[in-house]
Amino acid sequence: MVLECKHVWDHISGFLDGTLEPEVLEQVRKHLEHCELCSAILDSTRNILVLTADDRVFELPVSFSERLHARLDAEMGLSGRDG
Amino acid sequence: MTEVAAVRDEAAMIAAILAGDQRQFHELIRPFERGVYRMALSMLRNEAEAEEVAQEAFLRAFRNLSKFRADSKFSTWLISITLNEARSRLRRQKTVKIESLDGADDEQGHVTPALLRDWREIPSEVLERGEVRSILRRAIEELPEIYREVFVLRDEEEMSVQEVADMLELSVSAVKVRLHRARLMLQKRLVPELKSMNLTKRGWLAWF
Repeated sequence: MVLECKHVWDHISGFLDGTLEPEVLEQVRKHLEHCELCSAILDSTRNILVLTADDRVFELPVSFSERLHARLDAEMGLSGRDG
Repeated sequence: MTEVAAVRDEAAMIAAILAGDQRQFHELIRPFERGVYRMALSMLRNEAEAEEVAQEAFLRAFRNLSKFRADSKFSTWLISITLNEARSRLRRQKTVKIESLDGADDEQGHVTPALLRDWREIPSEVLERGEVRSILRRAIEELPEIYREVFVLRDEEEMSVQEVADMLELSVSAVKVRLHRARLMLQKRLVPELKSMNLTKRGWLAWF
C-alpha cells in the first residue's frame, strides 16, 4: 500500500517518538525515501522540537533563584519557630 | 527536565529534610527551578504570574514533602504540583478567553503542516537571537490549553507519554493525538515565521 503525503503527516509525531506500528513505520519510511516534501516537514518538526526543548527558550528571570530561596528561607523560619 | 547526576541521592536528601535539616531543601530543588518556571510560564503566559506560581509550587512541595512517595520521581511530583497551581490560577482568571488556533480546539480533522523547501540542519546559533526565542515562546503560548499542557510536559519537560497520561488523567492514545496536533500546529505556525525572518545576513536562509 502506498501512502499519500497527507496520510504520512498523520504519522509524523509517532515517527519522531518511535511509536508507530512496524508496518506503518515501513510505509512511512518508504514514502520518506522518495518524498522531499514530507522529509522536509519531518525535519522541520523535529528541529522545532529540538529548539523548543532548548533551555535558552525559557530563561529564568534575573534573580529568580534569589527571590525563590529567600521566600523558602522565610517559610523555613516560620516552620522552625512553630516546630 | 534535567537529568540529575547519580551522585545526588534525592531520597537521602528528602529523608534529611524531613528529619529536620530543612536547609537541604534549597539544594534539593536547585536542578528543577528552570523546569518548574518553564512549566508555569508556558501555562500562565505571563512572567510575573509564572514566577508567583513557581514559588507557590516550591513552597507547597516543601510543606507537603512528607506526602511525597518515592515510587514517583521527585521532578515529576514537582511538575504535577506546578501544573495544579497553574491550573487553579487559570481558573481564577475570569478574563481568560476561549482560545483557538485556526479553530483547532476540537480534536477532529487534520492539521496541515507548513510547506517548506528545506530545513535540514539545526542552526542552534539561531537561538542566540532573542527574536527567535520570543517567537518560539509565543507560538507555544498560543497553543490551546489542552494541547499546550501535553506539549509542555512531553516536549519541554521530557516526560514519557505514559507519565503525561498519568498526570493529566488521560489515555495514552488521547495524549498521542493531542501531542501530534500540538506539534503540527507549532510546525505550521513557526515555519513561515522563521522563514520570513531576515536570516540571510547570517547565512541561515538555506535552512528555511
